[in-house]
Amino acid sequence: MIEVKNLTKIYGDKRVVDNVSLEIKKGKITSFIGPNGAGKSTLLCMMSRLLKKNEGDVYIEGKELSQWKDKDLAKKLAILRQFNNINIRLTIRELVSFGRFPYSEGNLTDEDWKYVDEALSYMKLKDIEDKYLDQLSGGQKQRAYVAMVIAQNTDYIFLDEPLNNLDMKHAVEIMKILRSLVNDLGKTVVIVIHDINFASCYSDYVIALKDGRIAHEGSIDHIIESSVLGEIYDMDIKIENIENNRICIYY
Amino acid sequence: MTNKRKLILLTIILAIVTVLFLTLGLNSRNWNYGLSRRLPMVAAILLTGSSIAFSSIIFQTITNNRILTPSVLGLDSLYMFIQTFVIFVFGSLSIAASNRHINFVLSVGLMICFSILLFNFLFKREGNSVFFLLLVGMVFGTFFQSLSSFMQMVIDPNEFLIVQNRSFASFSSINTNLLTISFISIIGVFLLTFKDLKMLDVISLGKDEAISLGVNYDRVVKKMLIAVAVLISVSTALVGPITFLGILVANLARQFIHSYKHKFLITGAILISGVALVGGQLIAERVMNFSTPISVIINFVGGMYFIYLLLRESRI
Repeated sequence: MIEVKNLTKIYGDKRVVDNVSLEIKKGKITSFIGPNGAGKSTLLCMMSRLLKKNEGDVYIEGKELSQWKDKDLAKKLAILRQFNNINIRLTIRELVSFGRFPYSEGNLTDEDWKYVDEALSYMKLKDIEDKYLDQLSGGQKQRAYVAMVIAQNTDYIFLDEPLNNLDMKHAVEIMKILRSLVNDLGKTVVIVIHDINFASCYSDYVIALKDGRIAHEGSIDHIIESSVLGEIYDMDIKIENIENNRICIYY
Repeated sequence: MTNKRKLILLTIILAIVTVLFLTLGLNSRNWNYGLSRRLPMVAAILLTGSSIAFSSIIFQTITNNRILTPSVLGLDSLYMFIQTFVIFVFGSLSIAASNRHINFVLSVGLMICFSILLFNFLFKREGNSVFFLLLVGMVFGTFFQSLSSFMQMVIDPNEFLIVQNRSFASFSSINTNLLTISFISIIGVFLLTFKDLKMLDVISLGKDEAISLGVNYDRVVKKMLIAVAVLISVSTALVGPITFLGILVANLARQFIHSYKHKFLITGAILISGVALVGGQLIAERVMNFSTPISVIINFVGGMYFIYLLLRESRI
């Protein structure tokens, strides 16, 4: 379980994340939603030590973030942000093998390669594993990075806007994989997501942020409500029940 | 060809060039004198070559940029400024300018102090990126350069010749005692940073990825930058500034050795820089008849290669 207590981030005199406390339950997909600038990504980055916090504590399985050793934390928690351009030429297999770095520091054992192979087949990348990253489409690249995170074999997986720049097919593909990571492998997934219909169809728990504070949190039935979403996004949002999914219509 | 084979090939080429350099023109009567002059020279060449290669590769990985060299930190300019300042204020006959030991210690000390001050100032505040450091380094570099050229304008012409002489790297008048100190400090830095080289493999994926994979990014980057500063300071004070060598060897190594692993890249770069410098010195002595300093040749070739890199980058 991850427990966040009174987390605050201040840029200049703006409180981007303001006194946020929350809990991430194990074995669930938790989605952070909210308008641009609500502090979703900042919150996720602070919870995963990419950003330093100004105030507050993050307890990962009862131990404060700063108490964790870098190497041990990397075996517990992985975060994937939007990938940036890298200056080196890597094949998919090489990239995925980086996921084993916390365990083997670059000298991969047979067991490490087993994890790499498993991650590659899990993401259906086996037949293109020797392709270079710069030859891949956006969807394949995203899958390769997710495979790296799977090879890292952490209990907690954080993803910052994993569906960015993906078409419907690839977006559904990624979300289904996240779902099966939770259902089959017992991982805990936290995502920042903009498309509320994806959040509605695939997550177990939703935390809605606005202006750096938690506006609402709860299960899908509780959050995907006309009145709640209307308040978060300042617009009229109609909810329809289609095949047991709550779909928002706001176009 | 595997990377190991490539490295062996480079080692053989370096050995051949070095043997040629050591033995060309020696006969049974002069070999003793000849070798006593040439051995320290080769040692100095290999030492500076390695430290420049090592620091350039590290620096490019940290900044995630293949057309930067550590000279943007402004250390070369600071070295020239120290030399010009000492000669301008105390004269070329003063002990700080003429005694090479004192001059060496003074230059290295000031350069390392400057870089540590710079890093401390920048790393204390959060949110300052490596690029801010580069920017500040560049501003200081230009500042030191302007100050030195101002002093060179108003200095006595004879003194100016001495200043100008020091602005070219030279391997022909190496002091053996300085060589020992430099050797110890450079090997020390190599040994201290060797353990962290694999961290650099991960850092080349990007800052966020590196932290997520358990690398203490700030600590590694700070340590590596200090190592770069020490290496550049020692090698610059030993032979003088060689601006383009770093860019030349780092990129040749990255082109020749297809690996993200820094142990291969750095070994390759060190060997290539050895070949370039020993070969360059051979050309400077045998073909140019000592008329051109080696740094001019290196900067000429390096400059052309740099333009080629820029043209290639802009096409993509």
